[in-house]
Amino acid sequence: MEVNELQKIGVFVCWCGSNIAGTVDVAKVAETLKNEPGVVFSTDYQYMCSEAGQLIIKNAIKDNGLTGIVVCSCSPRMHEATFRKTAEAAGLNPYMVEIANVREQCSWIHKDMEEGTEKAIILGRSAVAKLNLNTPLIAGENPVTKRALVIGGGIAGIQTALDIADAGFEVDIVEKKQTIGGKMAQLDKTFPTLDCAACILTPKMVDASANDKITLYTYSEVDNVSGFVGNFTVDIRKKARYINTDVCTGCGACTEKCPSRKTPNEFNMGLDTRSAIFIPFAQAIPNIPSIDKNACLHFKTGKCGICQKTCGVNAIDFEQEDEIVTREYGAIVAATGFNPIKVDKFDEFQYSQSPDVVTSLELERIMNAAGPTKGKLVRPSDHKHPTDMVFIQCVGSRGESCREKGYCSKICCMYTAKHAMLIRDKYPDVNVHVFYIDVRTPGKNFDEFYRRAVEEYGVDYIKGMVGKVSTRSNGRLLVQGSDLLANEQLLLETDMVVLATAIEPDESVKDLATMLTASIDTNNFLTEAHAKLRPVESPTAGVFLSGVCQGPKDIPETVAQAGAAASKVIGLLCKDKLIANPCVAKSEELLCSGCSVCANVCPYGAITYEEKEVNDHGVRETRRLAQVNSAVCQGCGACTVACPSGAMDLQGFSTRQIMAEVDAICK
Amino acid sequence: MQINENGEFRPTIVAFCCNWCSYAGADLAGSSRASYPADVKIIRVPCSCRVNPMFILRAFERGADGVILCGCHPGDCHYSTGNYYARRRMTMLFGMLDYLGIEKERTRVEWVSAAEGAKFSATMNEFVSAVKELGPNRKLRDLRCKN
Repeated sequence: MEVNELQKIGVFVCWCGSNIAGTVDVAKVAETLKNEPGVVFSTDYQYMCSEAGQLIIKNAIKDNGLTGIVVCSCSPRMHEATFRKTAEAAGLNPYMVEIANVREQCSWIHKDMEEGTEKAIILGRSAVAKLNLNTPLIAGENPVTKRALVIGGGIAGIQTALDIADAGFEVDIVEKKQTIGGKMAQLDKTFPTLDCAACILTPKMVDASANDKITLYTYSEVDNVSGFVGNFTVDIRKKARYINTDVCTGCGACTEKCPSRKTPNEFNMGLDTRSAIFIPFAQAIPNIPSIDKNACLHFKTGKCGICQKTCGVNAIDFEQEDEIVTREYGAIVAATGFNPIKVDKFDEFQYSQSPDVVTSLELERIMNAAGPTKGKLVRPSDHKHPTDMVFIQCVGSRGESCREKGYCSKICCMYTAKHAMLIRDKYPDVNVHVFYIDVRTPGKNFDEFYRRAVEEYGVDYIKGMVGKVSTRSNGRLLVQGSDLLANEQLLLETDMVVLATAIEPDESVKDLATMLTASIDTNNFLTEAHAKLRPVESPTAGVFLSGVCQGPKDIPETVAQAGAAASKVIGLLCKDKLIANPCVAKSEELLCSGCSVCANVCPYGAITYEEKEVNDHGVRETRRLAQVNSAVCQGCGACTVACPSGAMDLQGFSTRQIMAEVDAICK
Repeated sequence: MQINENGEFRPTIVAFCCNWCSYAGADLAGSSRASYPADVKIIRVPCSCRVNPMFILRAFERGADGVILCGCHPGDCHYSTGNYYARRRMTMLFGMLDYLGIEKERTRVEWVSAAEGAKFSATMNEFVSAVKELGPNRKLRDLRCKN
């Protein structure tokens, strides 16, 4: 075996009381390992992690001039950090420490003393072999830009930004719509307390806009992201509103005078129309109109320009173009939210044929006092008061076919109970039937809420599926379904059908995930770093997740997650410098052929290419070489195996080190 | 490989375990006292994708009787995609090794999460007995390396 002549290794075998010493002859292990190459000192002690044990290590390092230590003890996941600190305190580089796991992997699972001792020796030998090839590693430091970016201005983004700003850090919100507020702004009431969504959301929107630490980029999108944790550079595209936002007062005169008024109003889910120059809703922030180029007569015909003549402050600017602003951030939070799925593939429910078949979000607008019907419940087809309503649950959720989502959308059971309750409360003459597969109400006061809908408000819950909705000659709808509990087929005549549509991540998340090198799952939800222990961090350092972009959730959960994401961001921005993990990939320049294979497998985009001058055995030439950004590299090692020329290696887990371990085990 | 005094074949098994899932799973097997044969020796790697096919060839050359690679379940990789690379590489390698005479039963990829201590132990028990049944690996061993 090739051994670094200069290495002087100390071996410390821990008894761990009787945990190790019970099935491993620790003295024999220490004695045997003394004969391994490089080992100049070896001892055993009852508890190496104790203060006395650590003192033995420190003294041995100093007395014997050790260059590295092997501790035969418990799992490195337990005490590697402890022994690294011990070594550092005695003047050693902390990465000159290797742990042989002789407790979890040996003494605890083997009962025979001889067998256990023999295996412990091999594990120790393997650690010594690796340590012989260790080199001191120095963790790099990177500065942190103390500013955060929140992508998405719904309740998740607003709450995250408010919490970050509260801690004193600058934060920018980028929202692709003309106003912040997101889906919550469209809701009528919220479960389980039935308080009005606008009443609890709009003050937060105002807070965000008034906070001098928060900058809003509405009607803007993220165009490009580069950099890494603590040092992101982001291009934000401010789309042309054709309004000079600096002078516009938001008086709204232009929107009233605009002659093009036939565009479906997106905010009201297309249930009414809006003008070409419009403010999405009365409480919009910023309260500034924008011109819909596709509907505007000026852009279509070159004539009109009534808004320009109406505007008292001359804010209309037809010549305006998209503007790109470049900003630097230390952390990025994705809060891109969701959309209900399109239900046009569900022909059996007649959604595309009958205006009286609506989605739940459309019903929210119908029920909303600021909505198209001023909150009056009417049949969209003839604006008559309905007497019967049928709700269908799980439309597009929990299915296996390609038009459906495999997951539970989580919020539908509760908002359907809410709708049913609100309708029965306001219009006791309306009969409400709900077809369900299961009713899922895990949440504080959620099940009580659902039971109230059934018991107090007399909502008729039917366990079963709807097979078909058809239109009758009298203009009403006929619902054919099954009642599984009564084991019978049902035919219900009704005025309206409401579809509890599945929710899916906003489609912008796919491009965003690529830009952020964050990963998305098969349903396009952003993946968290650890499903249980790191639920608001993405696997990419410095990128955090807030709200439904990570998975379906209701408002309280979204707000909680927003706060959690904010606290992670604050924790990051508080630091002046980030200590990098030194166990990262490193390229050997003379071997690199610049082929890009390593960059292709890198999940973090940590590898870039540079034209660099090299001196290859006296020949000077410029070559295209792989460069690892050690601040971005997380040290997985994918590139090391992919590299066809063997130029890539992983510090701390180098090819030679692992080979040495293999050799030591197979001796 | 080792033959003990009773003439019993004690295989040498190298287990590569990713730091985040399988190594933690092995730790859990230890703390739950879920025993498996001492023939198994674990090498800790940051991710299953760190395992170079060369390591496995080297192990067989040096006398290993079986090599097993354990990583996070598909979709759970700490580094997002590492285990997918490992899976593809090992599919290629194991196919080739089988062609060379290193039987498929001597090589294995297994997904073990940090919560699956019992699975880790069961997998190792199963793997060791499969290798034992095959007997020592004589095919790839470089006899010149042996004293």
